[in-house]
Order: sequence, then C-alpha cells, then structure tokens
Amino acid sequence: MSGGWIPACKADDVGTEDVLRFDHEGRTFAIYRTADDKFFATEGLCTHGRVHLAQGFVTDTFIECPKHNGRFDFTTGEAKGAPACVNLKTYPLKVEAGQVFIQLD
Amino acid sequence: MTMPSTKRDYSLVGAETRRAYEKGLVSASWYASPIPRSRLKELMQRKDGPAIRDTLLWFALIIGSGVAAGLAWGTWWCVPALFVYGTLYGSTSDSRWHECGHRTAFKTVWMNDVVYYIASFMVLREPTAWRWSHTRHHTDTIIVGRDPEIAVPRPPDLAAVCWKFFALPGGLRELEKIFRHCLGRLNAVEADYIPESERPKVFLEARVYVAIYAATIACAVATRSLLPLMLVGLPSFYGAWLMVVFGLTQHAGLAEDVLDHRLNCRTVYMNPVFRYLYWNMNYHVEHHMFPLVPYHALPALHEALKTDMPPAYRGLWEAYREIVPALLRQAKDPTHYVKRPLPANAALQGGAA
Repeated sequence: MSGGWIPACKADDVGTEDVLRFDHEGRTFAIYRTADDKFFATEGLCTHGRVHLAQGFVTDTFIECPKHNGRFDFTTGEAKGAPACVNLKTYPLKVEAGQVFIQLD
Repeated sequence: MTMPSTKRDYSLVGAETRRAYEKGLVSASWYASPIPRSRLKELMQRKDGPAIRDTLLWFALIIGSGVAAGLAWGTWWCVPALFVYGTLYGSTSDSRWHECGHRTAFKTVWMNDVVYYIASFMVLREPTAWRWSHTRHHTDTIIVGRDPEIAVPRPPDLAAVCWKFFALPGGLRELEKIFRHCLGRLNAVEADYIPESERPKVFLEARVYVAIYAATIACAVATRSLLPLMLVGLPSFYGAWLMVVFGLTQHAGLAEDVLDHRLNCRTVYMNPVFRYLYWNMNYHVEHHMFPLVPYHALPALHEALKTDMPPAYRGLWEAYREIVPALLRQAKDPTHYVKRPLPANAALQGGAA
C-alpha cells in the first residue's frame, strides 16, 4: 500500500477501551481503541520487560504492562509509571471504511 | 534432572545467575491459565471505593491502638495495645505496600503512591529500591540467582526463619542499606536491578527515612521515654510476626527454577479478617499469574481459574502442615521440594530444581 499504510485489522476487532496485537513481517504492534472510539498504535512490546502489551490493561489513554504494571500513555508513547522508563514508539494510524491502517517506517 | 547437592548461590551476581541465563530461565515466558479476555478485562477494572474504605479503617485501627498504647503507657495495658498497634504497623503494612506498589489497589494513581510511601516506611522498605526488587521478583519468580525476594533459600537456616518473626536480621540489613543509600552508595546486587535513572530517588528517600528516625530518637531523648520509638521505628521489628506467618505461605518449600506459578506459589483460603489484614494476597498463584488484577477481584479471579490450578490450601494450618516438614527436610536435603499437583489436562511448563 502506498505511503507505508498497512491494513492492521477491522475497527470492530478492537474492543472499546481495549488493545489488540498486530504482527507484521516479524514485528509486533499494539492497536488501541479508547472509550470515545479513537484509535492509536504503538510498538507491541513493553520497553521494560519485552512483554506483549496486548495482554495488558487499558484505562483512559494508558496501557499497563501485564507483567510488571509499567504504565504508558499510548497516545504519545510516554512512559508514565515505573518500571517503565523508556518511551514506546508510536505509529500513525487511520481508520477508513471500518478498516484500521497503520503507517510503518 | 541432576539436583545440586550443595548450597546454591542465591546472590544476583554469582554462578547461579549465569546458570539461569544458560537454562533460559531469565525473563522467560510463563504459563498462564486460560481465561477469556472479556472476563479478564472485567476483573482488571480499577475501583477507588474498596481501597478507600479499607484504608480509612486501617488508619483508624492504627491511630486508635496507638492512642490507646500512649494512654496506657506505664501500665501493663500498654502491652496488648502495642501488640495490636505493632502488628498493624509492622505486618499489615506489607500487603498495603505490595498492592499499592503494583498500583492496582486504587483506581486513582496518586492514592496508590501515597499509601505505598507510608506503608513502605512502616514495613521498613525503601520505596523505589523495593519497587525494583519486586519487579524482578515478578519477572523471575523463585529463579535462583535472579529473584532477590526468595524468603527461604535452601538449605533453610531454621534459626534465621525463626528470627524473621522479629524482622531480624532482615530489618537490620534494611537499616544498613538505608544508611548506605543516605550516603549515595549502592552495592553490586542493587546496581543489578535498580536503573541509573532511579538512583537519585533511592538516595533521597533514604535521607527522608534517616531524618524521620533522627527526629523520633530526638523526641525519645527529649521526653526520656521509649514511647516515641515504640510508636515509630520499632514496630517494624516487634510487629513483623504476622507478616511472616502470612508471607511464608507464598513460596516456602515449593519448587525453584520453574516457569509456572502454580508450582512455586500457594493459594491459601483465609477467613475474612485475615483476608482484610492481608488484602487477599493469600490468592498468590492468581496474583503472580495476572498481577494487573486488583486485590478486591482476586477471589473472583480464583473462581475463574481454579479448574486449572492445584487445589487451594484450606487454611493456614493445612499450609503449615506442609511447609514446616518441608523446611525441616530441606535443612538436611536441599534438593527436596513440595511438588504441587496440576490438573490432569494441564501442561507442565519448565523444569524444577
């Protein structure tokens, strides 16, 4: 797809205030949906423990790592609570006709 | 599997650390019992209500027993008052420290942090240093050479286990760490799990602790009374006994070097008073498997998972009927451990040593 936009999942695949794992060419990502139906994407593994964030807990705009409760703001990738100290990489995301696309570098 | 017959190296920078890496036990993938995502999401929901209610009651009990001890000071009535006060201060602070350290007790983050700092002081643990220690405990639970929180290394030093009921010598070691951190120094083990970015916080917190202890000692000297020290500082020692009674059930005598929390943790049924004092940490297998679930939802998580779990212990008595003989036997045979029975259809993850 042009511009590096990759189809990731259907919008309905991601629950409200939840997160979904998306794997692509050996890389893993996390797709988030907020309570007000906004979508975001970050790298899929916690920067502290290398655990899949898709098994974590979403509240407001935060994702908590399932292993050590490290906390990130997934809209910016910023680490917001120990043991998470290193920010997550975020990716541009768009939703068109019910399909979620993320733009990879 | 070949069992080591001599004492193992429980430090975090020794031969067992290298062995843990070689065996793929470091930051490994652990078994998780199946549970629908929708149900887990329900159980992970945060609430402020239960923890606010429980914490207000906790503070009321501590302040009430402390005032009673002060009023009864100089009479024998201060003994039961201090017993209650000390137990609340030195033991129940452990579970508050734990839950708020995970930031799951309250929905509101700052509430977790406030109670975490208060409980850390009461249980004689430095907040930031111990947060990182506990993080490692969850990464590599009871992996020898990696987990800094293995309470009973093999072979057990039975006298040392008894001294734990008075926070000895652990409490003295904590004081040594506090004074060392106050001077801006970490040892090699601490440097292994505390990132550089967090170290200034460790040193600041140690200085605050020392300032509080110095003020308390000054108060005791000025009033020519032990009472200030019986209310601040010493309860971390004379009140630690219940923390040990509860805490030893978590892992003592169970397998080391396995990647399945069902094999190295215990879930023990307790009465409502104990569950209040321990904030449901008796559901310890479930907590380790899904640490995002708040304490108030652990009984429901237990119900959701129990068909995939070893049978829970029916009480402290049943747990200690297993733990005491196991530790006595481990004192002679360090390779011995309690093998927890898994359900017939469950898959064993990792080996035991």
